[in-house]
Formats: sequence, structure tokens, C-alpha cells
Amino acid sequence: MFPRLVYESFRHQARRKLLAGIAITLGVAVATAMIAVATDIGDKINRELRSYGANLVVTPQEDTLDVEVGGVNLKPPSDGAFLNEADLPKIRGTFWHHNIVGFSPMLPVTVKVGSGAKDVTLVGTYFNKPLSFGKEDFTTGVRITHPWWKVSCGDGKESPNCAWPADDSQNVLLGERLATKLNQKPGDTIEIAGRQLTVSGILSTGAAEDDQIVAPLALAQQILGKPGAVRRVYVSALTKPPDALAIRDPKTMTPEVYDRWYCSPYVESIAYQLREVIPHSHAEQIRQVAQNEGTVLSRIKGLMLLVTLAALFASALAVSAAMATAIYERRVEVGLMKALGAGNLAVSAIFFAEALLLALAGGVAGFSAGALLARQIGRSIFNSQISIEPVLFPVILAIAVFVTFAGSAAAIRRAVKFDPVFALRGEG
Amino acid sequence: MSTIGTLHTPKQVADRRAQSPHISMFARMLLRAAVLRRRRAASALLAMIVAAAVATAMMNLYVDVQAKLRTEFRNYGANVVIVAKEGQSLPADALAKIESVVGAKTMAVPFSYAVARTKDGQSVVVVGTDFTRARQLNHWWKVSHWPDAPNEALIGMRAAIVVSPNRQPFELTFQGKAIQLAPAGMLQTGAGEDSRIYLDQSEFQNWTGIAPSTIEVAANGSAAEVETSIRQLAQLLPAADIRPVRQIMEGEANVLNKTRATLYASATLVVLTSALCVLATLIGWVFDRRRDFAIMKALGASERLINGFFAAEAAALGVVGAILGFFIGIGVAAWIGRVNFHAPVVPRFSVFPYVLAGSVAVALISAILPIELLRRVQPAIILRGE
Repeated sequence: MFPRLVYESFRHQARRKLLAGIAITLGVAVATAMIAVATDIGDKINRELRSYGANLVVTPQEDTLDVEVGGVNLKPPSDGAFLNEADLPKIRGTFWHHNIVGFSPMLPVTVKVGSGAKDVTLVGTYFNKPLSFGKEDFTTGVRITHPWWKVSCGDGKESPNCAWPADDSQNVLLGERLATKLNQKPGDTIEIAGRQLTVSGILSTGAAEDDQIVAPLALAQQILGKPGAVRRVYVSALTKPPDALAIRDPKTMTPEVYDRWYCSPYVESIAYQLREVIPHSHAEQIRQVAQNEGTVLSRIKGLMLLVTLAALFASALAVSAAMATAIYERRVEVGLMKALGAGNLAVSAIFFAEALLLALAGGVAGFSAGALLARQIGRSIFNSQISIEPVLFPVILAIAVFVTFAGSAAAIRRAVKFDPVFALRGEG
Repeated sequence: MSTIGTLHTPKQVADRRAQSPHISMFARMLLRAAVLRRRRAASALLAMIVAAAVATAMMNLYVDVQAKLRTEFRNYGANVVIVAKEGQSLPADALAKIESVVGAKTMAVPFSYAVARTKDGQSVVVVGTDFTRARQLNHWWKVSHWPDAPNEALIGMRAAIVVSPNRQPFELTFQGKAIQLAPAGMLQTGAGEDSRIYLDQSEFQNWTGIAPSTIEVAANGSAAEVETSIRQLAQLLPAADIRPVRQIMEGEANVLNKTRATLYASATLVVLTSALCVLATLIGWVFDRRRDFAIMKALGASERLINGFFAAEAAALGVVGAILGFFIGIGVAAWIGRVNFHAPVVPRFSVFPYVLAGSVAVALISAILPIELLRRVQPAIILRGE
């Protein structure tokens, strides 16, 4: 009798059940999408924060002082120590290599340009260099680590004629202020350190590079006469905001604490691992970038958490409202059942069974809709997937059932308490 | 009728009614409907209030969070750099002029550079600056102790190894003039600053005679506002180069846009869900009163009157809910601001018209929908309870 009552209720009141089901589906969908977005937002914003550029720099251990004023390096070029270019792919071999978004070596060289024989700094670097470490192939360079560098024909607009030089070419980029000073255009040939080189584009960075020449690393090494030399390496890594553990000195840690520190992607522990893989190096965080991203990240995460709570609250309320309405309309039915001798327990059981069925159906439909919604949000805002943990499914289903029950409970209690005589007379 | 109280003969009732202020039948019906079905009316009103509060909080946050995040982004330091043309210094009143354009609250820090020599002939860059300002602008500088006595210098980590490895006083020469300096503290940034020595601007100028050549400015506001500041500065200081710091500006724009888009999507979802909640509750409420509807119709009320009655009722609910919800929502937004940004969100009353219009619209839709359904049914059928 019990299953038949429930079944008939669904068959004959299909429209009302559909309405309640839609409310649950929508509520669950919003809740799922918001939870998915909120759990993934930290990772997504962390990646966006990489547009501030590298947060770590690797320099030779025994380096002499940089003497640089206004973008002009006054240090004798062959002075000081260098890193070995051949060691760089090892950066991909560190424990947190998945968190290393990219790296760019830099080799500044002071050169004479043209017949005027003026001193200009030429920086050798990777633009988009294919490298391999072990079985892994990857590309890296300033196009990844310095996303605000723009190459144009000198007018600020991108154009196919003015492009990034290839990493194995003899082409260079001129900083925009230097290009104006020298009156050079892309495609022109320029004499740099006694070599005829082609200007492939005008570089705009809003920093010291606007007064410099940027060239492929191999070319800078040839000019300097030091093959394989690199002055410093900028590394862009996804890091975890620092906490009390992050800033401790690894030398004072017990082995367990050390393992925990080493296996957390703090900027400090990634710097430590970079020092380990690159011989005679000193790796340090660039505090301007590294110190601020933690605050920004935690603010955005906190905000999304609070908004998610608001969304969960609103969808819980919507589901309960729909359930309460659906049950309130059926007082006559309750009166009839009770007049025929059904107890409060039996009547409540029917309603709860119906609510359970609705919650399960709405939960499954809502979870799929919410997953689609989250994916859509991820694709349109961040150009990447927002992945949904499968673990979320039972959690969401449980929440849906709980909220539906909680929303129905008050209405069921009132419906059961209602005097069947009044209900059947249609008063109430 | 509980209001009758001690006056209950028909004449007394009639007198009292004649004396009491005249309320139209329409208004009386509205009031009675709310009073007699308190519980259902209260639950409908509650839904309305919650929806309006959530919508208000979301809109307030959406507007205010961008300003809040911008202040956070200012911790990344200067977004505009003013540099003197080659070989020159900036005019002496440049700092005052800049502050007149961008406002005194904006941080502007002057820097002047010179290459000095240590006793053993090594070159080192010495920078003159205003320490109080630099400290406020560059939050990320890790400084063991800021200089506070005359002839004290702030020494970069790497410069310290060269000039003062044991933190002893040292001597620097610039164009034959020597100066004795004591290290106050160490500076660590992981960038170029580590190789430099920082001095107070007046001491620096007494020693080298070089005036500031660079001023770093942290301009507040949106990208468009910063652009305007840059244009104004360029007019004011024609002798200088005004450069936006692209690294900072583009990074900020990027992160802010993504956050705003996410917040917008979430706020829309939340507002839609709460509208749905109101819709579900109100439809139930109106549907529930189909007997009132049928009686009114049976007594000869025109369709216009009935529609007007239910619409007025829904609108009143929407207005009351919007007003109460608005204030609660402002409180919620302020709380979120305090918890997350440690600064309250400023209430924005410009949001109110939207919340009010939205609430009334949702209320009207949820009243009209069931009425449209009921209109097709004969009153007799409803009254028979079928």
C-alpha cells in the first residue's frame, strides 16, 4: 500500500511534483556550481597572479654587486660569476616541477651600437625556447614569465610583420625608447658589437628594457664570448601563501617538520630546491611579487567562500520554500488519510518518502547541471576547466536530502496536526 | 471579531465605525488579508526580505569589492614612474606638483641615484630617498631596522657583503668627496635594491649635490583614473617622462577582471536563486487563497478589481520586503567587508532602486501567474473545494 500511495501521488500530481523537483534541481545546481568554483578559485587566481611575473630569481653564489642605474649596467661585462645554461632544464627536475610555470635566463651584455659607439645594454634571453628534461619536453621563456612584454611595429599594435625573434636566430628586439632614439624600424639592419643584426620588432615593457636591446641568449653569449653563460634566471612558480612554517629556517627543523616544509609549495621551499638542483647558485624570492600574492589570494578566496555561503543559504531556502508550499496544498489529502485511520507516523512517512525521492532526483539532476554551469564559468572566465571532485557528489546529495527534509519538516508537522474535519470541510 | 471588545451592540458598532477614520474597502481587505493569515503572510514576507537582503549584499559587494581589491593591489607598489629626461633632475617642486594632481593620500616617493666608490675601489649604487615615504610605498621591503639617526644608511643584503661585512661604519667617495656612514639595518627584496645603499635624501644631496631624478607614484583608482592622472602629470611636468609600470598595471587588471567576472557570475546565481525562493513562496500563498478569489468573483467583483487587489497586495509585500531586506543586506555586506578586508563596505544607497524594482517585479510575477491559472476556473468549482 505504502509504495502505491507514493507512486500514485507522483502519477497524479505530476505538475506539482515537477515544480518542487525543479526548485530542488535549481537549488542543488547553484550550490554545486558555487562549491566547485569556490574550491577551485584559489588555483585559478594563483595562475592569474603569475601575470605579475617571476616570483623567484636564481643568481650565481659568488656574484659581484650589480651597478645599474636607469637601465644601464655599469658593471664590467665579464666581471663576476655565471650560471651554466646546461643546468637550467634541471629546474624541471625539482620536487615541485609541476608548480614551475616557466623560467627565463638573462644575460646582460654592454655593447656598442652603430658608428656612434654608444654604450647600450643588450640582454640575452629565451623567448619561447623548446627544452627537454628527461622524457619531458617543454617550452619556456619571457613570453611565459613576462606576459606584459609586448612586441609591435613601434605603434603599440601587434602585427604579423613585427614578431618575436626565433631563439636560434640572429634577430633582436629594440626597446621602444631606444628605437626612437636610434630612429630604427622593424626590418632595419643594425650594427651591434660589429655584427649586422636585423630588428624583428619593437619591445614595450614599461621598465628598463625600453632602453635596451633584447636578443636570443645564444647571440648574447657569442657577443660576450662566453658560451653557456647565464647571469640570472627568473622563475615563475605557483606557490602557497606563507604561514608560520614557511618562514622557519630549514636548518633548525626536526626531520618530520623538514619533510612537511620541503613538500609544501612555499616560495621559500621552492627557492631551497632550486638551490639544490643548480650548482653554485643562490635562489631568492622576489619579495615585491611573492609577498603580495598571498594577501591578494587569501582575500579573493575568503570573498568567494562568503559568497558561496550566501548561495548555499539562498538555495536551501528556495528548496524549503518549494517543499513547504507543496505540502501545504495537500491538507485535504492528509485529512482524508487521517479520517480513514492513518496515524501521524504513517502520514509523515509518506511525505518524507516523497521528499526523499524528490531530493534524490533533484540532487542528481542538479549536480549534473551544476557541473555544467561550473565548467561554463571556468571556460568563459578563466579559459580553463573547473574540475569537480567526484567526492562532491555524495556530499551534495546528502545536503540536498537534508535540506529537503528540513524544509518539509515544519510543513509536514503542521499538515499532520491539522484537524481532519476542518480539512475535509475545506476550511483552513 | 476580536476588535469589537466592550462595544458590541449593533448601534455602538455602527457609531464606532462612523467615527473611526475612513478606510476604503480596498485598503481594509488588504490589511485584513495580511492580519488574518499572519503565518502565511509572514513566511512570504520573510522570503521577500531574505531575497532582498541577499541581492543588496551581493550588489554592494560587487561594487565595493573592486575598490577594496585595488587597495590590496597597491601593496605591489608604484604603478607610475616619473623619470627626468637624461642627465637632468626633476624640478624641486615636482613632488608638491604631483601631490596636487593625484592627491595627498597617494604615495609618491622620490629617488636619486649616484655611483660611489668604496675604500677598496669597488663601485656601488647609492640612492637618496625619503624613508618614511619609501616605507609606506614598498611594503614588501624586508628591513631589519629603518635608519633614524643622521648618517645612518639602509644597506642592501648584497651590498652589505662588500661595504660592511661586520656591520662596521664605512666610507664612500663620490667625485672626491668622502662620507662616513653607519649601517642602520639590512634591506632584502630579492631584486635590484639588494645591491644598493639607501641614504636620506637631504644627506645624499649635501654629499653629492644630486637632486631626485625619479619619483615613484602609487596612483589609486581604476585603470581609467590612473590614465587620467598620467595625462595630468604629463601636462604638469613637461620636462619629465611619465611611464606607467606595465608589470603592475596589467597584472592588476588581469586579476581584477577575473575576480570581478567570477563575483558577477556568483552574484547573479545567488540573486536568481533567491528570486526563485520568493516565487515559490508567493505562488503558494496566492494559490492558497483561491477561495477568497472565488468568493470575490461570486460576489461580482470585476476581473480588473481582483487583479488589482492581488497585485496591490504583492506590491505592498515587495516594497516592505525590499526596505527591510535592504538594511539587513547592507549590514551583511558590511560584515563581509570587515571579516574579509578588515574595512567596512560603504553602504551604497544607489543600489536601493534596483532592489526595490526587482522585489516588486518578482512579487507581481508570482501574484499574476497563479491568478492567470485561476481565472479560467469557475468560482463554483473552487468553492466546492475541488
